[in-house]
Amino acid sequence: MASFPQKLQSILDTFDLFPDPADRTNLLLSYADQFREVPPDVATRPFGKSHQVPQCESDAYVWAMKMPDGTLKLHFAVENPSGVSAKALATILDRSLSGLPADQIAQVDSSIVERIFRQNISMGKGMGLMSMVEAVRALARTAIANR
Amino acid sequence: MTPAIEQKGYTHPEVLASTDWVAEHARDAGVRLIESNEDTLLYASGHVPGAVHVDWTSDLNDQVRRDYITRESFEQLMSRIGATPDTTVVFYGDKNNWWACYAFWVFQLFGHTRAKVMDGGRIKWEKENRPLTRDVPAYSRTDYKAPDRHDQPHRAFRDDVLKHMQARGQLVDVRSPEEYAGTRMHMPDYPNEGALRGGHIPGAKSIPWARAINPEDGTFKPAADLRKIYCDEKRLSPSEATIAYCRIGERSSHTWFALKYLLGFGEVRNYDGSWTEWGNMVGVPIEK
Repeated sequence: MASFPQKLQSILDTFDLFPDPADRTNLLLSYADQFREVPPDVATRPFGKSHQVPQCESDAYVWAMKMPDGTLKLHFAVENPSGVSAKALATILDRSLSGLPADQIAQVDSSIVERIFRQNISMGKGMGLMSMVEAVRALARTAIANR
Repeated sequence: MTPAIEQKGYTHPEVLASTDWVAEHARDAGVRLIESNEDTLLYASGHVPGAVHVDWTSDLNDQVRRDYITRESFEQLMSRIGATPDTTVVFYGDKNNWWACYAFWVFQLFGHTRAKVMDGGRIKWEKENRPLTRDVPAYSRTDYKAPDRHDQPHRAFRDDVLKHMQARGQLVDVRSPEEYAGTRMHMPDYPNEGALRGGHIPGAKSIPWARAINPEDGTFKPAADLRKIYCDEKRLSPSEATIAYCRIGERSSHTWFALKYLLGFGEVRNYDGSWTEWGNMVGVPIEK
């Protein structure tokens, strides 16, 4: 089984504790409710196309800002008001990956989407959510390349 | 501004409910509002007050066979949501009512004809800044008795489609133009759920389902506009038997609804086996 950064592993373990779809729904909603949009000092509308997550019907955007200590801080925007799943995943990625060096973020693979969402992954959402993870990884790889 | 449903020229305007109507009648004793979405989180994140949730996979599909629920399961579902045969069920949902129409269609297999779709679905309700709630309503359980499922008037099976194709009957492929042409094996941005070949059923006309929708508010286009698309441009005749299909029968239930109720096509069936069956089936022709 793949190893994940500690905070992400902890979140995945928490989801594993809730096999019941209704419980997982509530957990995902609690993350979605805590979603905070990218602050204006990082990006303002209209958001740049280069930050848009491909294949995401929730119209999600992602930024990775390099911090003074060399780690990355992730920011997201989700333009579709019905993008509940995207907001939940954005919160989880921010909580678990922000503050890590780019090398560790680049190692996270998109299989976490299935572990987090399980039955709550809908037909059209899966590809978009996995694309969010891939977009984060791509930004981390860019940060590594630009060192 | 979207015209009133009664002014849109539909053959059966009574199958549509406006958001105004729903706001006024959602909690009437004889009305049950049902949200059906693709996104399983949406209902829980906020729904129209009074609405119950019916999930297309867990509530409407048989969990073992590729089929719809049995009469007994439908009775349990309707009893759970507190419906009786006299209850008017009103469906709405995400994706421009794609799944709402699918649920409406499944309900017709059990003869529950007191049914409507809220024109515009979630998107219109949200754009009008109408209230959403996370409170799940509790309705008294009923003892709903359903007739046996009667597929024939609404549902086409592979042998029906083969005969229909050989007789050069009207077939409507409602998938994307790329799927129809066989250059793409799945919906844009969706996973490939596996058809061996790409293309369409020979003779089928390509009319993507979303052409029936006003994209700004998710409502159905007026009948005159629909007629231009289906009858004038694509040369479909309302008096001829028609079969619609897509990938698993969900998008085509939306077109089935538009042709049958809004344009008054006399005999329309939905082929839910659709391309995931036809594209894999041994011994049947395809066209690219």
